[in-house]
Amino acid sequence: MPAWIFVFIKSAILLFVVVTAFAYAMLAERKIMGWMQLRPGPNRVGPWGLMQPAADAAKLILKEDLAPRTADPLLYRLAPFISLLTAFSVYAVIPFGASPAGIWSIGNVNAGVLFLLAIMSLGVYGISLGGWASGSKYPLLGSVRSTAQMISYELSMGLSFAGVLLVAGTTSLDGIVHAQVGLWFFIPELVAFVIYVITAVAETNRAPFDLVEAETELVAGFHTEYSGLRFGLFFIAEYVNMLTISCIATLLFLGGWDAPFGWTALPGVAWFVVKVAAFMFFYMWLRATLPRIRYDRLMAFGWKVLLPVATLNVIVTAVVIAVRG
Amino acid sequence: MSALFWVPAVVLIASALWTITASKPVYSVVALLVNFTALAVFFLTLSAEFLAMIQLIVYSGAILVLFLFVIALLSSGVAPLSLGPNRLPRIALPAAICIAVALGLVVAGAAATHVLPVPAPAALRSAGPAGAANVFGSVQDFGRALFTTYLLPFEVTALILMVAVIGVIVLAGEETPYVATRRRAAETRKAMREAIAREGD
Repeated sequence: MPAWIFVFIKSAILLFVVVTAFAYAMLAERKIMGWMQLRPGPNRVGPWGLMQPAADAAKLILKEDLAPRTADPLLYRLAPFISLLTAFSVYAVIPFGASPAGIWSIGNVNAGVLFLLAIMSLGVYGISLGGWASGSKYPLLGSVRSTAQMISYELSMGLSFAGVLLVAGTTSLDGIVHAQVGLWFFIPELVAFVIYVITAVAETNRAPFDLVEAETELVAGFHTEYSGLRFGLFFIAEYVNMLTISCIATLLFLGGWDAPFGWTALPGVAWFVVKVAAFMFFYMWLRATLPRIRYDRLMAFGWKVLLPVATLNVIVTAVVIAVRG
Repeated sequence: MSALFWVPAVVLIASALWTITASKPVYSVVALLVNFTALAVFFLTLSAEFLAMIQLIVYSGAILVLFLFVIALLSSGVAPLSLGPNRLPRIALPAAICIAVALGLVVAGAAATHVLPVPAPAALRSAGPAGAANVFGSVQDFGRALFTTYLLPFEVTALILMVAVIGVIVLAGEETPYVATRRRAAETRKAMREAIAREGD
């Protein structure tokens, strides 16, 4: 069989897995937020509300697809697809387990980390074009904020990757995980890990950095005018991006599929899933705990604190590695 | 392999034409985005993996976002240009021909004297799978070339970019709104302090 058939099959399976993970991540968030706020969360559809994602999907598909008269006809319809495309493309290079024959990843790219950065840097177009094309005020303000925020935090995020790349000595995701066996990188690269966590939350526009859709000021930000399935696509893209961020945190800092303390009873893929789930829980915990940060403080923090610290971290890491030989 | 050449090639030229003919500036940005992405695919087929990723990160992900920021978000109320087609100045055609001839000479000269060290595809294949470590175009190979053989051009480019950044700051002037606001606030504070001091007397 030609290689592209394997790629096709693996992509189809992965697409299914990621969409299912999205659906239940959304339900888990509503449940966990509910428990943290002393309320039950969704519990009407199916046992423990487990069918809620299906009900939400049906609702979104059946709703009317509205477009404002002032909207740009082409870009307004295109923007959700750009968001979704960039959100899913990332999974082409993510390895989910130790794969000598490439079973657990679609493509094992040498410049895997750079590919992740490249695709994630394209994610901003969906939001900023969607906000602009809506042709009304609140979406435009939301997308101005989002673009500025994502450009600012992307720099620090790239620099936090650089520290890991220096320690690992490779840009391949497979190689980075192999370099972490024994000592996961969140210990030697603690500063980079903290910077990554902060920038990752800002990059996905999640609380406490969800200025993009600050409902008290901007109604719903860039997706105010979107309804039905097009809104659903933005929504899927946001959660898939959260999953991506959790996968990258797992790969770069938490040892990927490497079992902690030599507990190899569980296979590597299971450990990968456990670590991603833990990071996703952390996301939801943040949202339930922290109030939204003010916009000017967000920008000042990004440029005046995070970026210098991230740069310093890269320099110190490089010097230490050079001195050690 | 031919599909990997022709599909991006057609997309590349079509999107370039769309960029310069689009009626709305935002469409030009989107067309340019498609163009940059097709160019990245070309770099990949030439096994210049690092360059392809940098093309996406720097041009599509950073520079073009700023274009979009300026065009779409800061001039969103401006109607698309409804003027007639601009007449090119008379000098444009001869100038274009001169540039085309000059570029042609550069390419012909490079091809004749083998200045461009383009390895043959067969050599690439013998060196290992495209994109693997220590193969032409990989991150390692690119980095080593950049910081050894081409260190001086690299540093000179960095210096030129630095000069451009300083130039922008000089041209924008000290009197940016932010500085003016800060100065006014300082003056107000001073006036208030003086008023309080006078009250004290």
